[in-house]
Amino acid sequence: MNFPILTTIAFLPLVGAILLIFVHKSQSTQIKYIANTFAIGDFLLSLYLIPNFKTDTHLLQFVEKVPWIQSLGVSYHLGIDGISFLLILLTTLLGAIAILSAWTAIEERVKEFYIFMLLLQTGMLGVFMAMDFFLFYIFWEVMLIPMYFLIGVWGGERKLYAAIKFFLYTLFGSVLMLLGILALYFLNHSATGVYTFAIPELLKLNVPLNLQFWIFLAFFIGFAIKVPLFPFHTWLPDAHVEAPTAGSIILAGVLLKMGTYGFVRFNLPLFPEASRSFVPLMAVLAIIGIIYGALVAMAQKDMKRLVAYSSVSHLGFVMLGIFALNVQGIEGGILQMINHGLATGALFLMVGLLYERRHTRMISEFGGLSKQMPIFATFFLIITLSSIALPGLNGFVGEFLILVGVFKANIIYAVFASSGIVLGAAYMLWLYQRTMFGGLDNPKNQVLKDLNLREIATLVPIIILIFWIGLYPAPFLRTMHASVNHLLQQMSPEERVERIETREYWESLESIRSIESTESVESIENGDLLLEDRE
Amino acid sequence: MLDKIYLIPFLPGLGALLLGLFGPRYIREKSHWIACTTLGLSFLFSVVAFFELLQLPAAERSLEVILYQWIEVGQFKASLGFQIDPLSVVMLLVVTGVGFLIHIYSIGYMHGEKGYARFFTYLNLFAFSMLILVLANNFLLLFVGWEAVGLCSYLLIGYWFEKHSASEAGKKAFLVNRVGDFGFALAVMLIFATFGTISFTEVFHRAPEASVGVLTAITLLLFMGACGKSAQIPLYVWLPDAMEGPTPVSALIHAATMVTAGIYMIARTHILFSLAPFTLSLIAIIGAATALFAATIALVQNDIKRILAYSTISQLGYMFMALGVGAFTAGIFHLMTHAFFKALLFLGAGSVMHALSGELDIRKMGGLARHIPKTAITFVIAAIAIAGIPPLAGFWSKDEILWSAFHSGNTLVWALGALTVLMTAFYMFRLVFQVFYGKSRVVPEVAHHIHESPSVMTYPLMILAFLSIIGGFVGIPPGRGAFHSFLSPVFGEHGETHSLASLGGGLGLEYIMMFISVLLGAAGIGIAYLFYIKNPQLPGRLAKSLAVPYKILLNKYFVDEFYSRTLVRPGIRLANFFRRFDQVIIDGIVNGVSQLTVFTSFLSKLFDDHFVDGFVNDVGDGIAGFGRRVRRFQTGLVQNYALYIVLGVAAMLTIFLLR
Repeated sequence: MNFPILTTIAFLPLVGAILLIFVHKSQSTQIKYIANTFAIGDFLLSLYLIPNFKTDTHLLQFVEKVPWIQSLGVSYHLGIDGISFLLILLTTLLGAIAILSAWTAIEERVKEFYIFMLLLQTGMLGVFMAMDFFLFYIFWEVMLIPMYFLIGVWGGERKLYAAIKFFLYTLFGSVLMLLGILALYFLNHSATGVYTFAIPELLKLNVPLNLQFWIFLAFFIGFAIKVPLFPFHTWLPDAHVEAPTAGSIILAGVLLKMGTYGFVRFNLPLFPEASRSFVPLMAVLAIIGIIYGALVAMAQKDMKRLVAYSSVSHLGFVMLGIFALNVQGIEGGILQMINHGLATGALFLMVGLLYERRHTRMISEFGGLSKQMPIFATFFLIITLSSIALPGLNGFVGEFLILVGVFKANIIYAVFASSGIVLGAAYMLWLYQRTMFGGLDNPKNQVLKDLNLREIATLVPIIILIFWIGLYPAPFLRTMHASVNHLLQQMSPEERVERIETREYWESLESIRSIESTESVESIENGDLLLEDRE
Repeated sequence: MLDKIYLIPFLPGLGALLLGLFGPRYIREKSHWIACTTLGLSFLFSVVAFFELLQLPAAERSLEVILYQWIEVGQFKASLGFQIDPLSVVMLLVVTGVGFLIHIYSIGYMHGEKGYARFFTYLNLFAFSMLILVLANNFLLLFVGWEAVGLCSYLLIGYWFEKHSASEAGKKAFLVNRVGDFGFALAVMLIFATFGTISFTEVFHRAPEASVGVLTAITLLLFMGACGKSAQIPLYVWLPDAMEGPTPVSALIHAATMVTAGIYMIARTHILFSLAPFTLSLIAIIGAATALFAATIALVQNDIKRILAYSTISQLGYMFMALGVGAFTAGIFHLMTHAFFKALLFLGAGSVMHALSGELDIRKMGGLARHIPKTAITFVIAAIAIAGIPPLAGFWSKDEILWSAFHSGNTLVWALGALTVLMTAFYMFRLVFQVFYGKSRVVPEVAHHIHESPSVMTYPLMILAFLSIIGGFVGIPPGRGAFHSFLSPVFGEHGETHSLASLGGGLGLEYIMMFISVLLGAAGIGIAYLFYIKNPQLPGRLAKSLAVPYKILLNKYFVDEFYSRTLVRPGIRLANFFRRFDQVIIDGIVNGVSQLTVFTSFLSKLFDDHFVDGFVNDVGDGIAGFGRRVRRFQTGLVQNYALYIVLGVAAMLTIFLLR
């Protein structure tokens, strides 16, 4: 077996966190250096993947597989392909940026803060790498806890409310997802006689139609909350407003992507027929998200809330692209996940920089900052333009590919979604005008300092990527071609024939429903019924 | 040169990059060196490219230079590639030539401004974007340039960002343009969905395969984009406000180049438009209506730059008219001559403002010809050119458009155009007489400082004046000039104005039409002379007797107010409604669910306390009570236990014996 690079990348932050435990809390500078070293080191380490990643294959790469709990069929199984590759790089980059951004922003419980940040990093990387459902679920839950504390301890005024809301909402979704996982697990056993959580194995199943719908819905709830898809989005603005800047960067930049990643990785290939049937629902929710998110963003008075709602709008685009179910839509969607991570991560960073200086995020408190902080204004402008998908910058490539894909699938959806082009520009430019332009009237703003070197350093990598992806996206898109084409192939009806037939097992199970082994499946149904009641 | 055509856009791009990174700190007041050198070189290269293209046989004058594949996903491919043909070379010459002159002029005009480096950064960035736009070989790259020039326009309109009206105008320009871009973006998607490619050559090649319905949809959507960028009804509203930007910007972006991007785009895609007659007739009507509509507003405005802005809208309407009747060459011809004289008018207006410490109101001017003769003479030349008096540039191009409209049977379009000629001449000379002639109405404090602009500003004026005089000669004889034969490989039959030669008997008719349009122009000038020199009281009296129409015109038909009432404010209200909806209903449901859970758990706590736990406690209590009672037996005294034993034995004996 080769050097376990993925494990090293995923667990290096954890090593850093463990190391921090042994540092006395009074030595905050040392703590910061250690945390930053590990975060940046992890990013640099992840760069090792770039030259070694093969773009011409859809097969999993850098695979590590070790049996773990053999009696349950659980293995420690990591691997990446074109769908997760860029997301991993995004995670290590944003993790490093977020940790660096906290240098002066966090003054209390410094040690715990960095421990949680590093722990979070491991959890997120694990989610994108796990190729075993059991492992995936563990990472998925591990990630929740540090985030909960980051919001709950270092948050703003309503931090407890926001933290608990975030935690419960996400947990609710992930429990349903777990039921879905178990259903697949038992289905696989009944068809093949083997207990396994291995994702590549489960992907070989031809899940019967009616079961597809239920498991799709179970996964849907889990992922839709994370995305967040309208109407499951209200935890997001609260969590963002209360979270410290570093938390918001990670939350918007990476955590939301797990939902969309889940749809691409699991829902589409596992339940192709269900995915196709659910397209209208997904598209309508996504389009509502695009327009509704933009309009609500426009009416916000708090910058962070505005950016949070803009995420609802942008992630609507991503979802729409994914459910265009063609190569342009899905690749655009994946690229847009990266773009949104960069642009929105940077927007939260910039809002955080202002908050650190003025201790307010109210738009009305600012104005005319271009004069006082020209460097800040320039960065903010570029990021704003990236967010509104100006051609030549990254957002455009992703958004346009999505729209092209959607247009091919359904013209009506594309027309509605394209209205986001106008609305997105409206709220972002209005924000820019109200904060950066106008007279520098507020005396508190007249003494603001422009960005220092560390702050510029956190932004420059993002700016470079914004231009790079905008002007020459080919290397980024190339990494996904093989995997996305394979994914579409997996969804094609012809390919289904080759899968393991499970219908008779399912029907035989259904006919003997009273037997205990189907409990898990029933509980899914019950779970979903409950859910519908609540909606 | 032709194979290195990318140098033409990339030089100003490089300039913008250098100025952006180092301008504000290190280059500062020397910024114009970089900006002017890079664009100057671009102009030189464009001239070289022009001559190299001329060397080629007419049929081979179309080349593509592809740098790299920009986006490639599945079938969807967009390259970073440039197309060089007579049309793009004409645009190159106009953009770099006029652009260079305006860059030079800006050295004087912007002298001492705080954001000097920033200004030239944006200006270079604009040149870069505009050149990408005119050189693009596919729809998506054209869209890149299209949006990037919009961005530069936004930045330059809001150049004095501390002024609320400036930043407001910038935002308005961007958003109104985005409405048009919505159409453009959809058009690109539809083109891809229809033809499976977005490269110009391939799309045009396959155009006849598509149905008329699809082509009509594509062209209508493209035209929607053009309406935004080139300020046509109903999306023209941003251009007058764009005058908040520095005057060289108004000249370069909002008169000579960027606003003509819509005309260029339609001319570039004329093959699609020619196959969609419905769209063409719509374009002709919108163009004619805009030409007249904007001209009527210009009649009564008092802000020198706004008059010119409405005039630009009106002239752009002419160009659309030309496109709409299929006279593509005439449209591009007018685009070029208009670039000369309208840039000159704006720069002249800038020179006037420079002389009058920034005054814009023509009621506070007058008699300036004596003080600033160079500005005055060049301005008058431009005014004659735009009024359509031969042999100046505007006459040839405008007359060709009118003739094409008339000849193609669009009499209504022609009539609107002809009426606009009269108005154009009137409002232009109203401006000339109010500003340069008659008695001075300049505020005394300002009057002391009146001075001619430095030569760095006046030389560009003179060069443009020269071009405004001779610029039309390339189009003589009408329909068969050098300009037409140069562009004929691009437009082929479509571009040919139906000239006298092809008509034979129409010769007399065309001369009559020519005569009518000159007459109308002269009449406009005459009326202006009557109103503002001969009898200066007349306009005031007229305004009083025609109070209502006057007020409507003065307030620009209240279109801005209408949009504000019907679109902007309801939009904001809707946003606010959704914000509350989100807070109260959606989040309310979430919180409601959580509260319901808490309430349920409270109920179960009650139940648990009183029933479940109650029962457990009761059992416990029962046992305890029993224990309490039983406890009494356990006294620890031997005699008691002895007694119990005796009693017990007695009881057992009794039972045993009684059995």
